[in-house]
Amino acid sequence: MNLNFVFSKTDKRPMYQQIMEQITQRISVGDWPPNTPLPSIRQLAAEIKVSVITVKRAYLELEREGVIVSQQGKASWVNDSLDVAKLQREELMQHLEQAGKLAKSLAIPVDELMQMLKKHSE
Amino acid sequence: MNIPMAVQCSGISKRYPHFQLQNVDLAFEQGAVMGLVGPNGAGKSTILRIVMGLIAADSGSVNVLGYPMPSNQIAAKRNIGFIAEDMRLYESETIAFHMEFIKSIFDSWDGDYAANLLRRFDLNKEQKVKGLSHGQRVKTTLMLALARRPRLLAFDEPTTGLDPAVRKEVLDEMMNSMEDETHSILFSSHNTLDVEQISDYITFIYGGRIIESQNKEDFLDGWRRLRLVSAQNRDLPQLSNISDIHRSGKLCAVTVKNYEDSLPEKFTDAGFVVNDIERLTLEEIFLSNVQLAKNEAKKELVL
Repeated sequence: MNLNFVFSKTDKRPMYQQIMEQITQRISVGDWPPNTPLPSIRQLAAEIKVSVITVKRAYLELEREGVIVSQQGKASWVNDSLDVAKLQREELMQHLEQAGKLAKSLAIPVDELMQMLKKHSE
Repeated sequence: MNIPMAVQCSGISKRYPHFQLQNVDLAFEQGAVMGLVGPNGAGKSTILRIVMGLIAADSGSVNVLGYPMPSNQIAAKRNIGFIAEDMRLYESETIAFHMEFIKSIFDSWDGDYAANLLRRFDLNKEQKVKGLSHGQRVKTTLMLALARRPRLLAFDEPTTGLDPAVRKEVLDEMMNSMEDETHSILFSSHNTLDVEQISDYITFIYGGRIIESQNKEDFLDGWRRLRLVSAQNRDLPQLSNISDIHRSGKLCAVTVKNYEDSLPEKFTDAGFVVNDIERLTLEEIFLSNVQLAKNEAKKELVL
């Protein structure tokens, strides 16, 4: 199995969040439709060379968010009642949050940011 | 469900003329990776050697894969692969010679796996040890240990002196060997990046004592740095979990241990604006821990 998870060494977020992002992205673009079985925690850990406990944490958080469903200590799969549109919306919110932060650090006023966004939305 | 333990040490002490290991408790279950972190001379290698049964502790009990050590070390060692920096290979013999040698001692030798590792490590088994680079030597010893399919791999400083490419190869194969719940790794390192990446549990050692031993996620979650601003130059609240303060004028960076979500409020109540809350890398936690331990040691001297 080759999942081709790619992580950025300059990403400051904790590893479990980066794993969560890689999984939710696969779900939101439709590569992993509802009911798709996820690799086992140990399989994924060995594949991406990250400790088992970190992958376990990512799965737990995804389960809490209702993105995946796990059978106690065993298999996990993509939640079949998952609202993909909602997930995509959340992803958009994250991008906007990033854009907002960047604009702030570049001292770009909100009006200008809005103009930029408007230009890209047309 | 009772998960069998890979290593269980309680209250081990060992006294040397210039160093002593004091009351060390160390435990983790099978199927997990434990990383020992600490500065040079902290006692990491001594602990590994006690776990291996190479040194007997003065007091305390040691259990490895269910075997009491050192009394049952012969049975235990069948199941442990141990690699240390000072391990010598026969300089004038080939890698193949060493493979045959280990195979003749351990019936668990897996020839296919060994051949696989040779290929993945880009090693030529006809090559003599004296012509090998440091990286090739480390990979050879790892191959010799892993091909025995040990249930516990004990590795003293696996990545010291390795270039980034070989370092990745070594860490990758260590992780690959953790195929199921019955294999475990205990390793020591002062490369905090390696430890942060592959460990399930982290133990900090300083001056022969264990400072902290926890699962990695809780470990990393417990520490934060808060960036504060005080327009009126207020005093910081007295909190027991502050480990480090850097203040210049109105700006202040505070490192805290045992972080809780309620903490920022304590600073806002004291008249500070919390500008940012940052997580710490294991390296930063390591340095903070060493600083704390040094301060504690100084306090003890004064008392």
